[in-house]
Amino acid sequence: MQEKKETIIIKPPSSVFDAINLKEIISRIDLLFALAIRDIKIRYRRTIIGFGWAVIQPFAQMVIFSLIFGKFTKIPSENVPYPIFVYSALVPWQLFARALNDASMSVVNNIHIISKIYFPRIILPMSVIISALVDFFSAFSILILLMIFYGVIPTAKVLLFPVFVFVEILCALGVALWLSALNVKFRDVKYTLQFLTQIWLFATPVIYPAKIIPEKFKFIFALNPMTGVVEGFRWILLNTTPPDFTMMAISTLMIFIVFIFGVVFFYKMEKEFADIM
Amino acid sequence: MNIAIKVENLSKLYKIGKKEPYMALRDALSESIKKLFRKNEKDKENESYIWALKNVSFEVKEGEIVGIIGRNGAGKTTLLKILSRITYPTEGKAVVKGKVGSLLEVGIGFHPELTGRENIYLYGTILGMKKKEIDEKFDEIVEFSGLAQFIDTPVKYYSSGMYVRLAFATAAYLQTNILLIDEVLAVGDVGFQRKCFQRMEEVRKEERTILVVSHNMEAILRFCKRSILIDKGRIIKDGNTKEVVEEYLKYFSEIYNFREWSFDQAPGSEFAKLKSIKIKDKNGNQKNSFDSREPIFVEVEYWIIKPKNIYASIVLQNQMGVIVFIASESSSYLGRAYKILEPGLYRAVCEIPSNLLADGNYTLRVVLVELGKDSSPLYHADVHNAVGFQVFVPLAPDSPRGDYPGGYPGVVWPKFKWETYQVDKNIFPES
Repeated sequence: MQEKKETIIIKPPSSVFDAINLKEIISRIDLLFALAIRDIKIRYRRTIIGFGWAVIQPFAQMVIFSLIFGKFTKIPSENVPYPIFVYSALVPWQLFARALNDASMSVVNNIHIISKIYFPRIILPMSVIISALVDFFSAFSILILLMIFYGVIPTAKVLLFPVFVFVEILCALGVALWLSALNVKFRDVKYTLQFLTQIWLFATPVIYPAKIIPEKFKFIFALNPMTGVVEGFRWILLNTTPPDFTMMAISTLMIFIVFIFGVVFFYKMEKEFADIM
Repeated sequence: MNIAIKVENLSKLYKIGKKEPYMALRDALSESIKKLFRKNEKDKENESYIWALKNVSFEVKEGEIVGIIGRNGAGKTTLLKILSRITYPTEGKAVVKGKVGSLLEVGIGFHPELTGRENIYLYGTILGMKKKEIDEKFDEIVEFSGLAQFIDTPVKYYSSGMYVRLAFATAAYLQTNILLIDEVLAVGDVGFQRKCFQRMEEVRKEERTILVVSHNMEAILRFCKRSILIDKGRIIKDGNTKEVVEEYLKYFSEIYNFREWSFDQAPGSEFAKLKSIKIKDKNGNQKNSFDSREPIFVEVEYWIIKPKNIYASIVLQNQMGVIVFIASESSSYLGRAYKILEPGLYRAVCEIPSNLLADGNYTLRVVLVELGKDSSPLYHADVHNAVGFQVFVPLAPDSPRGDYPGGYPGVVWPKFKWETYQVDKNIFPES
């Protein structure tokens, strides 16, 4: 107990930037992982297929989309088989959908903890993203099998994979921060999640390539942060034609805007969490 | 000695009102539209505010154990919540030196689907322990909880007692130099409570700074040299625990030590009225705090105005509101219930035997009863919470407590006769 003692000054909230304390978040990294592990364990406990669900969900979606959009409506798929075309987008989409649905509930679902003990609240949505990453990588392993099956050989661009994973995490966390904080004050958020996820899926080039978006709507689609993520993953993994640079740039910029303002907004709302409950 | 906690003019304003704390988006939109139109009006007219804490200042030295006492809603928990950073103060500031562990409730974050082992790790981590620390303490925690054989069972199969023991055992090994504790000194059955108190004794020797909120005066007196009395968000008294606890009892007992009425104001009917209710010791001195080894005398005086078969009864309630017993004058001799009393002033004295009542605060309800021919009682006077008194069971060889320092659950704590003798010198009687 002779360690150097930290000094905490408790005072009324002033600026948001005083509250953001990266060092503190790092010091509670154990908690971040403990909560993520809790989520993973609980989610598949008492299911027969267990962890297999992480893989089955996007795979089943892929099969359905391949039948409807690949076989019947013949949506162009950039010279790669449609199943792999759609699956390569469903994997990052699934992570984002988890952020939308689960991470946005993370603060409200843990109210009882928040009102009784302190820790950096941002750890709650972060931990959901981490547990979603486990699903992401499991589903990704199936993508590798599909690529082998269809004989799709990636190029050196695949080295950019970690960069896109990082960008996707920022994107998912950014949206999760907004929704989870809003949800504390406005329980309406919960009821919008289902159709928000659905609309967002169709607004993102998951089942269709960005190429088919008419020129005049391109800017609007580019504002969707997930556009850049999905197009990017496809580009580096499947070696499709390079995506529209302007669209990618705008979309990536949006990710940073959503993330940075998400952090600010979350910390602004955080002060009231325990009092609102 | 260094200062571990320094609190300066800490205040916290809470909004109270009928409104839901969270709102629907619709309300927020309509609110902001309303605000546009009545900018200069008082927006807060429908909301009331309350200072849960107001200008609270104190210092705690390193290694000090301080009790925080007060009624419900006095602001004790708010103070702990601010110091543990769960909520922000509205004004003022606090400086805390060292790692803070807060135990506002044991078992926060326990998940029923997870096993005991998994929950120890999860809860420990939520409390702020590192995985390595939990690894080191794990065996001790399990031993303390006494749940070794159930440690890999999901806690949803635990009884509530087991659940709490596991949670408390984990919390007991939290190694921070500052601890903020809210009403969680001891839980579970008697055996486990004793373990908890033993653990508290150990913790006390570790020179850690501890703030304890409790309604358990016995525990506060035992563990804290210093206490702070809070009411309505303000500090009423800060100092030696014994004095502060006395102040607390004096300040907040809306309970009367004795009652006396003039004839005109006395509760009663046209037949009978209560004159006075007093609590006395065996020497006839009025007092309100009794060693459980002495008998307690309840003296009820009443006027009989018109001849009637009336008698007094007392109903003793403990601090939990449990009726400990009803003592009725009608049981003094056969026929008392139907005996017609002539007008005059009567005094009925009831002796509550020594070595009977448990530690705690008691209140008396006093009634004047007329028993009808069909045995149905009719009350001529009925005074709830008429008077109160305290009983403490001392640590003494001739008290029911003997030399056992802990507490026993139970409504009464009588002294029983025990006789133990050796029946046989041999363990196995010769066959």
